[in-house]
Amino acid sequence: MQVVVNGERRQASVDTLAALMTELGYIGNWLATALNGEVVPATERQNCRLAEGDQIEILAPMKGG
Amino acid sequence: MLDLYGAKVSSRLLLGTAQYPSPAILMQAVQESATEIVTVSLRRESVGGKAGGQFWALIQDLGVRVLPNTAGCHSVKEAVTTAKMAREVFSTNWIKLEVIGNHDTLQPDVFALVEAARILAADGFNVFPYTTEDLVVAERLLDAGCKVLMPWCAPIGSAQGPQNLAALRSLRGHFPGVPLIVDAGIGRPSHAVAVMELGFDAVLLNTAVAKAGNPVAMAAAFAQAIAAGRAAYLAEPLEPRDMAVPSTPVIGQAVFS
Repeated sequence: MQVVVNGERRQASVDTLAALMTELGYIGNWLATALNGEVVPATERQNCRLAEGDQIEILAPMKGG
Repeated sequence: MLDLYGAKVSSRLLLGTAQYPSPAILMQAVQESATEIVTVSLRRESVGGKAGGQFWALIQDLGVRVLPNTAGCHSVKEAVTTAKMAREVFSTNWIKLEVIGNHDTLQPDVFALVEAARILAADGFNVFPYTTEDLVVAERLLDAGCKVLMPWCAPIGSAQGPQNLAALRSLRGHFPGVPLIVDAGIGRPSHAVAVMELGFDAVLLNTAVAKAGNPVAMAAAFAQAIAAGRAAYLAEPLEPRDMAVPSTPVIGQAVFS
């Protein structure tokens, strides 16, 4: 299925957020995730089912003022 | 000691981590400033990217508290969602709440700010709201559950210094027990001295240090200025007078005539 990760279309062959992150190479305990505008805590990514067209945000610490 | 949501800090300088020439200069500036609190943000990570992890490791090495921000958010929902993601990543209930209302001035949308502050405070966040110097908005933010206020003194990154000292003075007078941190608009150490002399509790800086010709030296200069301004406030400065008042005794003056 197709999903949108950080604004870019991606082909996903898996159906959970945790598996998608592994598939795309998003690995690290500093990442935060949201699905369709709702926060998905790290502990819930295994159970977070994906659907066609889902909008996923994967964020990381960055410099800021 | 300054008490921010139960955290006691000695330094009255909060420092942003953006716009430095290099990570090494950022680290030196943080050390030279003696700050105990730095601001950070959350941004999209690139595929397979390690930038976020490297930055986070650098910040953790500094051994300071982090104050995550919601910079760039323009709605209540964006800000609340970002705050929740920051809480998980940075393991802190602290959030510098920014809800921007105008692209040119980066002025906060104070209506959305109050609403977001209420939602986040009810959810257990310790909210540090980036607001204007408006007295009534400040009251609303306190009603919403904020225990610290962070008014701007001029637009973010403008380096203009305090544009409305009367309003800042009014804020200080109305909320004697509330920690007030001037956030945004400071350009020079003299600006920091001015607001600290009014009795503001701390100053949050970023651009003024990071974009100085020598950020490390400027961090030290600001640290001294903020300490001097605080000491001056505690020493109760003289108020301006309309007329001259001689400082040398008049009694005993010789008469030559």
